[in-house]
Amino acid sequence: MSDPTPILECKGLSVSYFTRAGEIPAVKDFDLTVLQGEAVGIVGESGCGKSTVAFAIMRYLGANGAIVDGELRFRGRDMLSMTADDLRDIRGARIAMIYQEPASALNPSMRIAEQLMEVPIHRDGASRAEARALALDVLADVKLPDPDRIMDAYPHQISGGQQQRVLIAMALISKPDLLLLDEPTTALDVTIEAGIVQLVKELSARHGMAMIYISHNLGLILETCDRVAVMYSGEVVEIGRVADVFEHMRHPYTQGLFASIPLPSSDRHARPLRPIPGQLPLPHRRPKGCNFAPRCSFAVAGRCDQDAVPMRQINGDGHEVRCVRWDEIDFQAANANEGISHVSPGPVVLEVDRMRKYYEIKDNSFAALIRGGAARYVRANEDISFTAREAETVAIVGESGCGKSTFAKVLMGLEQATAGEVRLHGKDISRLPIGQRSPEAVGILQMVFQNPFDTLNPSWAVGAQIARVVRKLGGETDAGRIRSRVLELLSLVKLPADVAHRRPRQLSGGEKQRIGIARAFAGNPALVVADEPVSALDVSVQAAVIGLLGEIQAGQRTTLLFISHDLSVVRYLSDRVVVMYLGHVVEQGSTDQVFRPPYHPYTEALLSAVPIADRSVSKRQIVLGGELPSALDPPAGCPFQARCPRRIDGLCDRDMPPRRELGAGHKILCHLGDDVLMEMAPVFAGAAD
Amino acid sequence: MFVLACRRLVSMALIMAMVSFLLFLLFESDKLAVAGKVLGPYSSVEQREIWLEKNGYDRSFLTRYADWAGNAVKGDFGTSLQLRAPVADVLWPRLGNTAILAAVVFAAMIPLSLLLGVLAGLRESSLQDRVISVASVLTTSVPEFASATLLSAIFVFELGWLPGTSAMTGGFNFKELILPAAVLILFDFGYVTRMTRASMAEVMTSPYIRTAILKGLPYRRVIMRHALRNALIAPFTVIVLQMNWLLSGVIVVEVFFSYKGFGKLLLDASLFGDIFVIEACTLIAVFVAVFSQFISDIGYMLLNPKIRFG
Amino acid sequence: MDRPVGDQGAAADRTGLARAAASILLLRESPIAMLGLALVLFWVVVALVAPLLPLHDPNLPLTPFKKPLVEAKDGAVYWLGTDHKGRDMLARVIFGARQVLLWAGFATAVAYAFGIMMGVTAGYLGGWWDEVLSFVGNVLLSFPVMVLYIIIITYLGATGFNIVLAVTFASAPGIMRIVRGLVLDIKTRDYILAAETRGETPLYIMLVELLPNARGPLIVDACLRLGYTTVTIAMLGYLGLGLPPPDPDWGKMIAEAQPLGSFAGHMAVIPALAISSLVLGFNLLADGLREISLRD
Repeated sequence: MSDPTPILECKGLSVSYFTRAGEIPAVKDFDLTVLQGEAVGIVGESGCGKSTVAFAIMRYLGANGAIVDGELRFRGRDMLSMTADDLRDIRGARIAMIYQEPASALNPSMRIAEQLMEVPIHRDGASRAEARALALDVLADVKLPDPDRIMDAYPHQISGGQQQRVLIAMALISKPDLLLLDEPTTALDVTIEAGIVQLVKELSARHGMAMIYISHNLGLILETCDRVAVMYSGEVVEIGRVADVFEHMRHPYTQGLFASIPLPSSDRHARPLRPIPGQLPLPHRRPKGCNFAPRCSFAVAGRCDQDAVPMRQINGDGHEVRCVRWDEIDFQAANANEGISHVSPGPVVLEVDRMRKYYEIKDNSFAALIRGGAARYVRANEDISFTAREAETVAIVGESGCGKSTFAKVLMGLEQATAGEVRLHGKDISRLPIGQRSPEAVGILQMVFQNPFDTLNPSWAVGAQIARVVRKLGGETDAGRIRSRVLELLSLVKLPADVAHRRPRQLSGGEKQRIGIARAFAGNPALVVADEPVSALDVSVQAAVIGLLGEIQAGQRTTLLFISHDLSVVRYLSDRVVVMYLGHVVEQGSTDQVFRPPYHPYTEALLSAVPIADRSVSKRQIVLGGELPSALDPPAGCPFQARCPRRIDGLCDRDMPPRRELGAGHKILCHLGDDVLMEMAPVFAGAAD
Repeated sequence: MFVLACRRLVSMALIMAMVSFLLFLLFESDKLAVAGKVLGPYSSVEQREIWLEKNGYDRSFLTRYADWAGNAVKGDFGTSLQLRAPVADVLWPRLGNTAILAAVVFAAMIPLSLLLGVLAGLRESSLQDRVISVASVLTTSVPEFASATLLSAIFVFELGWLPGTSAMTGGFNFKELILPAAVLILFDFGYVTRMTRASMAEVMTSPYIRTAILKGLPYRRVIMRHALRNALIAPFTVIVLQMNWLLSGVIVVEVFFSYKGFGKLLLDASLFGDIFVIEACTLIAVFVAVFSQFISDIGYMLLNPKIRFG
Repeated sequence: MDRPVGDQGAAADRTGLARAAASILLLRESPIAMLGLALVLFWVVVALVAPLLPLHDPNLPLTPFKKPLVEAKDGAVYWLGTDHKGRDMLARVIFGARQVLLWAGFATAVAYAFGIMMGVTAGYLGGWWDEVLSFVGNVLLSFPVMVLYIIIITYLGATGFNIVLAVTFASAPGIMRIVRGLVLDIKTRDYILAAETRGETPLYIMLVELLPNARGPLIVDACLRLGYTTVTIAMLGYLGLGLPPPDPDWGKMIAEAQPLGSFAGHMAVIPALAISSLVLGFNLLADGLREISLRD
């Protein structure tokens, strides 16, 4: 820590991409100084230029990108004037990078060993034996079990979390001074993410490397960084120590970002979400003056839309903000919340009773023929039971592979259940394919899909697609009435009427998702299934879509099944929660019951894994080991026992736990004794709960 | 992996069975027509029936098929009507000639097209990419008989450097092989070049190449070890599948240059109505095509660790 | 077809027109596509207006063996010379374009109709239907194309209709394979799921939801295939399996000229250049279209 020269200095760095349409400025006037051992976060939504910054620091911008202005120094050396050879000496050795998609960042046709060892061999002239020893060392460093097996594996033979650990090991192998992490956990499940984050924190503490951590998730930044830069539309709008930015933010965008993210530690009544209106301007259509002014409720004409806004000092600790009104705005005054009215649930609409769905693996191979006819099954849904009432929102929570999407398919009639019943208004539909359901039965059960980019057919205008649903499910034939219904639905999802004439590619992700909601509600459904409807959206847009979904659902007294992996969102939206793991419902109850102890150990770990962007909340750290097991080959006994920190040996790994009722409607699937359950401490502690 | 290979083998056998059955159905289900072909158009119905009886055509269709297919597997394809000799005696030397031509074509085309494709894909949109891409579209657009015409006009009639026919009447002559091979190479290399280029360009923009560069590896190592291995998987399969196209092109080229190969044999048989030769040639052609497909599948599995260790 | 339009019919048509205009404008961004389009359009226009042009009868013997642009004894100048029977080469090349384009276009269209039908149903419906179609496709695709043509034409005889049939047999399985692949990809999109969950019939889903989204790659493939079918028809003509005489056919012209190459080179070179330029046009157009579609 004695070296006073910063590891990295960026001054007025500007990066542009050159396309047929001309120069597109991706990052403008970017200042950042990183000292030895320091962890700096860069946070922002998609398109803000945060990844471009990382690749600019690596001087790797592709054929059409270039640094057009500013300075970039690594340990005082000017990186912009470096030759290709100089750069090669720095890349990997002094600055290493970890990427967003671990699966594609590893060469699919080389063994892990080769990919790790080539760095010391071809950079530092190490012998193969030395390189191998080094590689095994770093693999142990990133806590990969059985490093020898990993070394011999090809990338596709290990899981996503393991791939990311391999990439981290690869970055560590030459002991770099600076580590760039570009959304390193975005592609991973939340419990796997927690493990990687913990590892990164440990490594940076142990090796004293400087880090730049790029993320869209404020919670992750809080967990990993000392300082943070908030980016919006190519510029840093606020920078400072994490404590200052998280608690005394001065930029309206930072403030809006915090107000729009749900926290698993508080619910919609305590802290309603406030989305940021409007959308990010395109890089070549940025407004004059402040880029955020058109979406800012504090913008003043004549001041915010004049000259480019420079960064201003707020305190001596390096807290700076790019806002002309930074010392005038009173966020508290604007914070007057309107509470969401509580809707009382009606009669039971949906009853799922011991539903089971197995997929047979068709194995026509010789091996299978020789082995004999023992068919193998993917046990996607093992034993699912719950009910949902009118006007109630029931969340189904779980990580990838837990069976939540399979359940939705059975419900919608796209798959047939293997056993058990799914009763909609008292009628079993579990083995009734969609084609055999009556038009009414189809109309009362609709779905909102996950991916905004393919929820709408790109070939047809949006209005025509909604009109089709109105005719098909609403039974409407009169052209005039169809048109008015389409307009009515558009206004229901708060979109202007002229959207009807547009094609899906002319809409933003959030707008498409609104159309998806309008389409689901077109036939006045009794039950709407929303499968991760906001997981692909930016947080500020997410808030608006969540709010809208809740509002329409409450207004129409629809039952909403909300499928999600995100516990924060779930707490905001739902009345009751069903937690799934490997095809089993491991816990269910009202939102309050599930988010407060006693917990199922999996729920406990899941809650602990969620990064929280609130410094006033502290949480207990529970990091799960191991990988998600496969539904093709589930462990014996309790489905969660292999990863459970509270496992009782000799019991949990042998017997399926009983389903127990802990309180009104609060059920868990666990062997733990009442004493243990009752003594569980809350995962979150702090102001909000 | 082994299982996959076996499955491929089974489907290959199935296709061969299907093709042979179709062929037999097409050409030999009408017995009288067969006899007509053999004895000539002016033979009487009685003559034909006597011939049919003598040659075992009174058996059921399926028995005859089984018999025929069995003989074909043993290499006995009957007697050529046109050449009055066992088909096998004519076919094998012809096939050998075609194999020589194909070998020359592949030996020149593979290195040429891979090299050009890699050079073009290495730097997308660069000058070398543009030149190579345009050249490969241009040559693929000239059909074999057109390029044969143009090359003959230049090298045979204008410059007088090369012989215009390749009948090899005076024994094997490499000079007579040049034009037929050149025509086939010219037509086929463009396609492989373009595939290689696309594959290379895609690999060069892939995240793992980015990883390799940002690991600070020497450029040579990034290209030779990381890029080429992955970029050449797709062209490999394409090259093997070129067999199928080559067999089509070979017919035209052999006819144009009177090269005594298998393609010319097939066409002559077809124009004459020599059904036994047609059957034999088709079976061989399909077998070569299906077998190359099999090789390509196996190669793809071997080259691709995702399948090899799936 | 049941179009998913309530009242937006007019609006959809308006945007449809605008989109067509926009696509032509897009084409301008690729010089390669423009060059290809120019070559193809040249031959199409020439073929269409051939009867209106001041040409000799393509089958009328005039003065044999005239070189291009050389004055004949009677003072007439034949731009592209005449052939061994004294027929005007210019007229023969132009009328040959009519033949080739007519049959290539027709045959490709028929092959596409079958290929798309088979591909969409195999991809979307799956199951045994897919397995049967895929197997039939594999059997047909395992023939080297020229061998397949020779067998079919030998068996059925050389007529225009039989050539269409042969092209369909040879091309439809390839088209089916492409369409099937596209459909398998598009099938996983949420909008297909949305249509299924509102109880649309498979026919509606295939026609309205799937096919329109497969059109991009299919247009590119169609251009390539038109080029290849052109070659095929000319090649059959060259091999003596083509359309019956006496109407001009580029392939047959080359075949007739080949023995005379040493002293009447133009007779073979001119049709060879004609077919090459037309095929080049189709290939460049396909290339340009692909490049444009990848940019978006």
